Amino acid sequence: MNYVIIGNSAAAIGCVEGIRQVDKKGKITIISDEPHHTYSRPLISYLLLGKTDEERMKYRSDSFYEDKNVTAMLGVTVTKIDTDKRCVELEGEKPVKYDRLLVATGSRAFIPPMEGLDTVDKKFTFMKLDDAKALEDAINENSRVLIIGAGLIGLKCAEGINDRVQSIEVVDLADRILPSILDETGSAMVQKHIEDNGIKFTLSDSVAQFDKNTATLKSGKVIEFDVLVIAVGVRPNTQLVAQAGGAVNRGIVTDDRCRTTLKNIYSAGDCTESLDITTGQERILALLPNAYMQGETAGIDMAGGQKLYDKAMPMNAIGFFGLHIITAGSYNGEAAVIQSGNSYKKLVTADDTLIGYIMIGDVARAGIYTALIREKKPLSSIDFDLIKEKPQLMAFSKRERAKTLGGLR
Amino acid sequence: MKRIYVNEKWCLGCHLCEYYCAFANSGKNDMVKALKNITINPRIRIEEHNNVSFAVSCRHCEEPLCVKSCITGALTIKDGVISVNSDKCVGCYTCILSCPYGCISPSDQGAIQKCELCVKNAGGSPACVKGCPNKAIEWVER
Repeated sequence: MNYVIIGNSAAAIGCVEGIRQVDKKGKITIISDEPHHTYSRPLISYLLLGKTDEERMKYRSDSFYEDKNVTAMLGVTVTKIDTDKRCVELEGEKPVKYDRLLVATGSRAFIPPMEGLDTVDKKFTFMKLDDAKALEDAINENSRVLIIGAGLIGLKCAEGINDRVQSIEVVDLADRILPSILDETGSAMVQKHIEDNGIKFTLSDSVAQFDKNTATLKSGKVIEFDVLVIAVGVRPNTQLVAQAGGAVNRGIVTDDRCRTTLKNIYSAGDCTESLDITTGQERILALLPNAYMQGETAGIDMAGGQKLYDKAMPMNAIGFFGLHIITAGSYNGEAAVIQSGNSYKKLVTADDTLIGYIMIGDVARAGIYTALIREKKPLSSIDFDLIKEKPQLMAFSKRERAKTLGGLR
Repeated sequence: MKRIYVNEKWCLGCHLCEYYCAFANSGKNDMVKALKNITINPRIRIEEHNNVSFAVSCRHCEEPLCVKSCITGALTIKDGVISVNSDKCVGCYTCILSCPYGCISPSDQGAIQKCELCVKNAGGSPACVKGCPNKAIEWVER
């Protein structure tokens, strides 16, 4: 069997590890336009923060490709998938044939049309290692940084460079920060914490016009800046599959075995849509753990093994200046809120199951909640009052604990 | 593979496993010196409520969600033992989000910590098991 993987991040690595669980011999080729050894993209803010370095950012060891018997073609761009000839065409290289193909092309930063953006000298997005390095080269202790976007990427960027620049101002069209993962109370709490660390916010506003180092907002407010970071969102890289005739909605359409609608072609990671089990809707879940698990499922299926990717949901673990946030699922249900000191917790239930939660501050043992969502555990079968108080195995029946902790089969 | 199993019927709720765990991972030779005047942060934890108590530590799952979810590659599974490379870990807590049993916790040094069956410390075999006075924690094939 001849496996080809387009991409070299979490989904691609998951695929390699999935294939090798089943098929130790097949030929695997990874093709990626980035020239780097596989690295973890979410770590770029930690790189700027000095909490990691390029060596430790590697997602797998230096010997990974060799250990897994993978041919890595790095710094090579795929231009087309030819489904008739079952090959991928490359820029400046000969086409590569496949029996099974994984498209793990990820996503790219979205830059909306903004007037006068071309007059801005130092402007960056914040997705890849090279973006982080370019930003690092552009900033100094006198830099006034303007970040467009108060989502996960914009705020992690802000945290990453906060100690290395003079000031940071974040502008977002939304009326609160991190609206994709937090409720209003949570947003306000985290915003206050980030503000206490010196970062300024201008919300419910957007840039009307840039003129070199000046941004004029719709409200009329004028912000002078030296460096601009655009972090308004990402778009899935779906072009290769779309051009080959595969179904694409917002992301590439895949089934629970991570197969696209094209024969022998799979897709995983940020470029795909998955079924969110907490809403029953197909959506893009551009998150590293999901990417890995999709890739692994695809790899196992490609190699003839059995695995389903059928327990996807949004989930985020993120922190800013020491304040930790863990969230999962969706929030359209009955909410129970527990607030104490600097911690905030919201559990959302529907139809006798937990469908979502937010934890800020005290995030201990959050995974017990995640598992309740993932397994759609009937809340009537556990002591919900106990588990509402804190995540604990005490809330389960003795028999269940005998299975999980006592090895009872 | 040998795993840690707990029998809650025999657990006295004495918390000795927590102290043995903290001592084993302290890198010190003397238990009193290692634990005196500190709040311990062990990798095994007793849960107790209404006369029921039991110890909880990493199950070393065959399909470890923590390892699959780890954004840095710091968590790995080798020969059935899941361990963390604290040098790579940035403390993002995605593993805490993922572990169904709540067995991963922040370490005092910034990374995360979890039971590694005492394979990395001087113990050689799980200190909690050796220290349990009532054999409520066992390290066996089952």
